[in-house]
Amino acid sequence: MIEFFGWEMPVQYSGILAEHRCVREHVGLFDLSHMGEFEVRGKHAREFLQRLLTNNLDKMHDGTALYSALCNERGGVVDDLLVYRRTEDDYSVVVNASNIEKDFAWFERHRPDGVELLNRSYDVALIAVQGPRANAVVGQVVSRPTDDLYYYEFRTDEIVGRAVTLARTGYTGEDGFEVYVENAGAQAVWDALWQAGKPLGMLPIGLGARDTLRLEMGYALYGHELTETINPIEAGLGWVVSAKKTFIGSDVILPLKKSGTSRRLRGLKLEGKGVPRQHCPVKAEGKPVGEVTSGTVSPSVNEPIALALVETEALDTPLSIEIRERDVPAALADVPFVPSRVFRRPKRA
Amino acid sequence: MEFPQELKYTKSHEWVRVNGHTAVCGITDYAQHELSDVVYVELPGVGDEIEAGTPCAVVESVKIAADVYAPISGKVTKINTELDATPEAVNNDPYRAGWFFHVEMSDPAELDKLMEADEYKAHTETEKH
Repeated sequence: MIEFFGWEMPVQYSGILAEHRCVREHVGLFDLSHMGEFEVRGKHAREFLQRLLTNNLDKMHDGTALYSALCNERGGVVDDLLVYRRTEDDYSVVVNASNIEKDFAWFERHRPDGVELLNRSYDVALIAVQGPRANAVVGQVVSRPTDDLYYYEFRTDEIVGRAVTLARTGYTGEDGFEVYVENAGAQAVWDALWQAGKPLGMLPIGLGARDTLRLEMGYALYGHELTETINPIEAGLGWVVSAKKTFIGSDVILPLKKSGTSRRLRGLKLEGKGVPRQHCPVKAEGKPVGEVTSGTVSPSVNEPIALALVETEALDTPLSIEIRERDVPAALADVPFVPSRVFRRPKRA
Repeated sequence: MEFPQELKYTKSHEWVRVNGHTAVCGITDYAQHELSDVVYVELPGVGDEIEAGTPCAVVESVKIAADVYAPISGKVTKINTELDATPEAVNNDPYRAGWFFHVEMSDPAELDKLMEADEYKAHTETEKH
């Protein structure tokens, strides 16, 4: 067990590789109760979130979720988060555990009259079921089929008599669900999911595999790809930055969306031996042109992979990553490193 | 967890199997278990002179990189190149297939400073939280 921002959490239960492969091939169960949950309600709630978040809430309907960045006036990322819309004036916001207090203070500081803000982080548990068999597991314990619940949609439901919010969201690139439940019901819901999943080969998944799973998808992790000195365009999150509204940081960020940035988050694959890690220098012709933000050996493709912030001008030059004073050649790679298999709503013809 | 009687051990979790003037070295069952899934091992070069107690190799798991300290001084005469293709041997068979390197000992008296199996086992128990 390690301490993770005040929470006792296992890096692994049975082993990072076994857990990782179990999620890609079968299904895994995650205790993500460390994540923070805020309630945002009131007739100005929507307006308030539009002002704080980079993404556009116009895209949302009742029962959908939206991924967004939260930025400061300088365009740096305060956090990345999920918004769930119950109604036009009733939202849940899910933030990173490391940022709960900072984010809540930020929300409180900008909250206008007519918006009710509640920190429910320590009252709400979050359990995720992720993997190709997630639907088969969750389908056994919820009240009705989940076939019409697509990626980034959610509904209220019941598991062993406990009220839950059932969302088809996750951070692994696999199909899967995130289940929000009051703390008092968390153990019962975990047990029900465990009993349903065990015969399907489900394993409990620790922080280690959660990290390798998201890294293979090229998903950002706060403190690595995202910080208050990295803007969302640099981090490759231009797709969650709306040019159709103003928001805190928009006067800095929106021009960058057009002009581009001097550095950019890219995927890299090592072409020699070694394991790239956070802060390893990225070099072009021996000169430093960036830094690795996350790296590992991909358990799915068994190759050393990295995300790195690299100077845009150096992207045409052969690159290397310095690992223990040795420059190892590296090639730009498309992310995700492995294909996503989330359960997307079919596009209307 | 295995602590073979015939081996000698360091506080930093390396083992040594003495074979005449040669010491075969690797990391212990306890160390591989703490690291979990080993994905890469960086070994010294054949011919390198290594000095007891100083870092001479690196073992990387999915999560972290850890230094491996030379258990004994001398010249590296052989390295386990198989670990390039099968680093998981360090997890699966740390005392046999997972060996790291051979050292031609320059001062076999250094062996007396290493721990016996029982002493090392007790040492790992004090390291657990």
